[in-house]
Amino acid sequence: MKSCLVVDDSSVVRKVARRILEDMDFIVDEAEDGQEAFEKCSAEMPDTILLDWNMPIMSGLEFLKHLRAYEGGDKPQVVFCTTENDVGHIAMALKAGANEYIMKPFDREILESKFMEIGFD
Amino acid sequence: MKPEEFKAICDFVQKSSGIVLSQSKEYLVDSRLKPIAESHGFSDIGALARGLPLAPEAVKAAVIDAMTTNETFFFRDKTPFTLFEEIILPELVKARRASGRLRIWCAAASTGQEPYSLAMLLLKHKALWNGIRVEIIGTDLSASAIARAKEGRYTQFEVQRGLPVELLVKHFTQEGTQWLISDEIKRMVKFSLLNLLQSYASIGTVDVVYCRNVLIYFDGETKKQVLTSLRKVMRPDGYLVLGAADTVMGSNGEFERANNKRGLYQPVEAGEMRQALSA
Repeated sequence: MKSCLVVDDSSVVRKVARRILEDMDFIVDEAEDGQEAFEKCSAEMPDTILLDWNMPIMSGLEFLKHLRAYEGGDKPQVVFCTTENDVGHIAMALKAGANEYIMKPFDREILESKFMEIGFD
Repeated sequence: MKPEEFKAICDFVQKSSGIVLSQSKEYLVDSRLKPIAESHGFSDIGALARGLPLAPEAVKAAVIDAMTTNETFFFRDKTPFTLFEEIILPELVKARRASGRLRIWCAAASTGQEPYSLAMLLLKHKALWNGIRVEIIGTDLSASAIARAKEGRYTQFEVQRGLPVELLVKHFTQEGTQWLISDEIKRMVKFSLLNLLQSYASIGTVDVVYCRNVLIYFDGETKKQVLTSLRKVMRPDGYLVLGAADTVMGSNGEFERANNKRGLYQPVEAGEMRQALSA
C-alpha cells in the first residue's frame, strides 16, 4: 500500500485529510510541523506528503527545501495544501520542489483530483 | 407539480434539446424551474408548464438552459486528452500538412474547460503543428455556459479540478479568488451557441469532434440522428471522441472504434482508406 504523511498544525485538517486519504487506500501518518515531518521522513520516506505552509517551528517551505536536499528526499510526491493562494506562493512552492498545490479550502474531490494528477489513482 | 405538468415540461425539453428527463428527475425540474417561473411572472411551475408553448423565446431558452447539465472540468477523464496528444494530433498533423488547416469541434463545450484543455495541449506541442492553422470551435446548447466559456474566468474550485498546477501558473492570471485564462489560449477557441438537434451549417467541415457525455441524455432515435449529422461535417479520416459512457451502438453505422481505444472513433471510410493505401 502507498503511504502519505499529512503535515499540518491543525488537527482538524489532519483529521479530514486522513479520512479522505484512507478512503483512497493510503496508509496515513501525521506530523504537526515541518520539524516533526522531517524526523519522520528521515526514519522512513513516505510515498507522498500533503504539506501545509504556515506552521510553527519549521514552515512547509523550509521543510520541503530540507527534504529535497536530503538523501532519498526526492522520492516523495509533495502536494502543498495551504491558504497561501496566490501565484507568487505557488511559484515558490514549485521552485522548491512541490509536485502539486491545493488552495484551501479544499474538499474530497479536489484532494482526489490532485493525487490522481501525481499518479496516485 | 401535477403529472401532466411534469409531462408537458419533459416533452418540451425533449423536443427542443433532445434531453430525455425520466420520472426520477421530477425533483430536479422542480428545483431548477421554480426560480424561472417566479422571475418570469408565472404563479408556479404548473403555470409555466401550461404557458410554455406560447411563452417568449427568452423563457423557453431559460427552461432549456436550466435543464442542461454543465458538469465539466479541465482535462476531465484524462484519456481523451492523452488520445489527443498521442494519436489524434500527430496523425492529423501529418495528414493536413498539404491543406495547412486543422479544425477541432467541441460539440458540448459547456463552460469551456474541454476546448481550453485542448488549447493548452496544442500550445505544448506547438512545434509539431507549426505551419498549420489550427482552430478550436466550442459550442453548447446553454447560453449561460457559453457566456462563461467566452469570459474564461474560473473559481478557485474549478481550477483545482483536473488542471495541473503548472498549467494554472502558466496560462492563468489571478484576480482575487478568480482565475482568468490567458488571451493566448482564449484566442485559440471560438465559442457559439448550437443545438445539436438543429443545423450544423455554421460549423463547416471539421477534422476532430469531441462530443462527450451528451449522447447518454438522448433517446435512441435522437442519438442516431446526431451521430449521422456529426459524420456529415467530418472529414473521412477525422476522429470522433465520445464520453466513457457513450457508444455508437444503435447508429446508422457511420463510425467504428479507432486504434482499439475506448471512446475513440473514426468514420468507417477511414479504415477503407487505410486498406486501399496499404494494398
